[in-house]
Amino acid sequence: MNDTLAGWLQILLLVLALALTFRPLGDHIARVLTGTRHTKTERLVYRAAGVHGDIDQTWPVYLRGVLAFSLVSTLFLYGFLRVQNLLPLSLGRGAVTPDLSFNTAASFVTNTNWQSYAGESTMGHLVQMAGLAVQNFVSAAVGISVLAALLRGFTRQSTGRVGNFWVDLTRIVVRLLLPLSFVFAIVLVASGVIQNFHGFHDVTTLAGGHQSIPGGPVASQEAIKELGTNGGGFYNANSAHPFENPTALTNLIEIYLLLVIAVCLPRTFGVLVGDRRQGYAVIAVMALLWAASVALVTANELHSVSSTAGHAAGGMAEGKEQRFGIWSSALFAVSTTLTSCGAVNSAHDSYTPGGGGMTIFNMMLGEIAPGGTGSGLYGILILAVVAVFVAGLMVGRTPEYLGKKLRGREMKFASLYLLTTPLTVLVGAGLTMAFPGPRAAMLNTGPHGFSEVLYAFASAANNNGSAFAGLSADTVWYNTALGLVMLIGRFLPMVFVLALAGSLAGQQPVPVTAGTLPTHRPQFVGLLTGVILIVVGLTYFPALALGPLAEGLH
Amino acid sequence: MRTIHSPLLRQHLAALRLLLVLTVLTGIAYPLAVTGIAETVFPHRANGSPLPAHGTPVASRLIGQSFNLPKQHPADPHEALRPDPRWFQPRPSAADAGKGAGPYDPTASHASNLGPNDAGLTRTVRARRLAVAAFDHVPPASVPVDAVTASGSGLDPDISPAYAYEQAGRVAGARGLAPAAVRGLVAGHVQGRFLGFLGQERVNVVELNHALARRP
Repeated sequence: MNDTLAGWLQILLLVLALALTFRPLGDHIARVLTGTRHTKTERLVYRAAGVHGDIDQTWPVYLRGVLAFSLVSTLFLYGFLRVQNLLPLSLGRGAVTPDLSFNTAASFVTNTNWQSYAGESTMGHLVQMAGLAVQNFVSAAVGISVLAALLRGFTRQSTGRVGNFWVDLTRIVVRLLLPLSFVFAIVLVASGVIQNFHGFHDVTTLAGGHQSIPGGPVASQEAIKELGTNGGGFYNANSAHPFENPTALTNLIEIYLLLVIAVCLPRTFGVLVGDRRQGYAVIAVMALLWAASVALVTANELHSVSSTAGHAAGGMAEGKEQRFGIWSSALFAVSTTLTSCGAVNSAHDSYTPGGGGMTIFNMMLGEIAPGGTGSGLYGILILAVVAVFVAGLMVGRTPEYLGKKLRGREMKFASLYLLTTPLTVLVGAGLTMAFPGPRAAMLNTGPHGFSEVLYAFASAANNNGSAFAGLSADTVWYNTALGLVMLIGRFLPMVFVLALAGSLAGQQPVPVTAGTLPTHRPQFVGLLTGVILIVVGLTYFPALALGPLAEGLH
Repeated sequence: MRTIHSPLLRQHLAALRLLLVLTVLTGIAYPLAVTGIAETVFPHRANGSPLPAHGTPVASRLIGQSFNLPKQHPADPHEALRPDPRWFQPRPSAADAGKGAGPYDPTASHASNLGPNDAGLTRTVRARRLAVAAFDHVPPASVPVDAVTASGSGLDPDISPAYAYEQAGRVAGARGLAPAAVRGLVAGHVQGRFLGFLGQERVNVVELNHALARRP
């Protein structure tokens, strides 16, 4: 079988698997978010935590829950990393430095999983599984919780209540993330991903040299790393490492896992708002952007477009594993940058200017196609609100979306949401380039060096976490700046989403009339796609022109 | 118990307690349960697919190794490593901690991260092509792409079948074996795409060299 046919079949299998999951998982999540009964386990959790499961919260109370939980998580993880040397299973690793601990804590709590460290030489097993991996679960659950509140904003009327954060968080962990992770962790071990508590194991190699082979509870962490769109690798090489991703099958499973929740949430959305077609319209936009991106990155890599090193080598294999090749690497790269996952199975830094530039552009879209767990859907719904508003301006009537009026108050929250991330990306990257010290951290020179910095800030602000890894980011400047950018890029938008949720929940629904813009037709799919591309394109074009575009045209 | 009146403090205490409960559940119970099942049902794979499966392991099937000649001055970290013609050679690797242990160091998984138009990378690729061509006695144009590029992990155990066949003649000559026998050994180690269409064809260098070493 030739490469092209095999590549297409791989994409087809992935799409088929996602399509088959779409209804059952989307419906399951809808039940999790609306069910009125608490399971026995959940009641035990509520009692141990001392929270009441039956109180419906207003949006400020819900928000305070989100922020309190995230603050406590950040401090707890920071402390955990600082005292690692005193803990069991630390493999002799020292305490993590203050700036790196702050960066890592901010990174894992915000679902970013940017890593300024190399796992195999910095983190012991206990910190990995009971510190970092726990945040893989709960940060993903926080994202879905905030989405749940927004969806209730659309479905409820004349109430200030948007749900109970503690219940949402607990249920998503217990009924969704934990069971799925468990099943797929076992599948991954069966395919060769390691799962043990050994340290390094010394062997005398075939040629008579020495090699230290690492151990670790990798599979359990790998499953939730992808499922929760976290992306923080157990090892430095992330999903390029043979112990994290040993075969082309585990590779496809990992791509499936990092997409599956975000892809199924539009179904949940359709079910909850009582019109499944609304969900189909949203997933159509996501699928369009994803498919276009897969095509562009794969084509650039296959033809070594604008790459002298690629032409000298006879192909874009630098930074890619032999068992994956271009098709499986490009598919992973696109999926991981369009979700907020950020796991990588190849070195994005060594991609063609077009392919690597596309991964940056993917993140700049705001992680919406399909985006992170929860955050992807609330991100695209904000853009849908803007699209409806733009259409309303064209015909001169008060815009409505899903029976709710979009007035000045709603549009202010939506606009603030959309401004936050670009502002942090561009100010962060701009400041960094202004100082000689941070500039020196670039491995590559010229436009490609700037792309490394732009990638870092786009990745942090959009809570992606992947990198053009040539950048030496373990410095006080980058650890602090990127840590702050991740926190702002995660929590400020959440404030606006919850405020919008409260505002929508308080409204009476408006009846649908002949003048209402239908938001489930291909026409709206086109409008929303256009709004997304124009908003992002205009915002980031100057920065992209200095980086990947300049390099590609050179 | 004394009642806490500040709602803000109460909320943070609830958050802390919930975090601790969820840590026990997802950070302790979950990985232990997965490990328990993994060690019972798939002990070989859970422990890194050691080679050979029984006895003293010399490798993991999944982690590539270097196959170089012994260094002339073992203490000198700057001595250039020379490939051993008796072994099939893996891809170039950037997993080098710089401590003299050489590449394919699993304590330092790494890609080169050099850009697509990096002048140094382009020069390195050209130099590798000439070096491999001279080493394997083939024309430079026929050296396959995986022979001149470093992988994403620096621990890639695989090479393309083309690169393996290219090396067969040189390995046979260095070991005094019949070239046809070595090519036959390579043919037996070519792994097709998974399910016929996932990933790429490959030859696992560690397994191939292990089989080579066990030949009488």
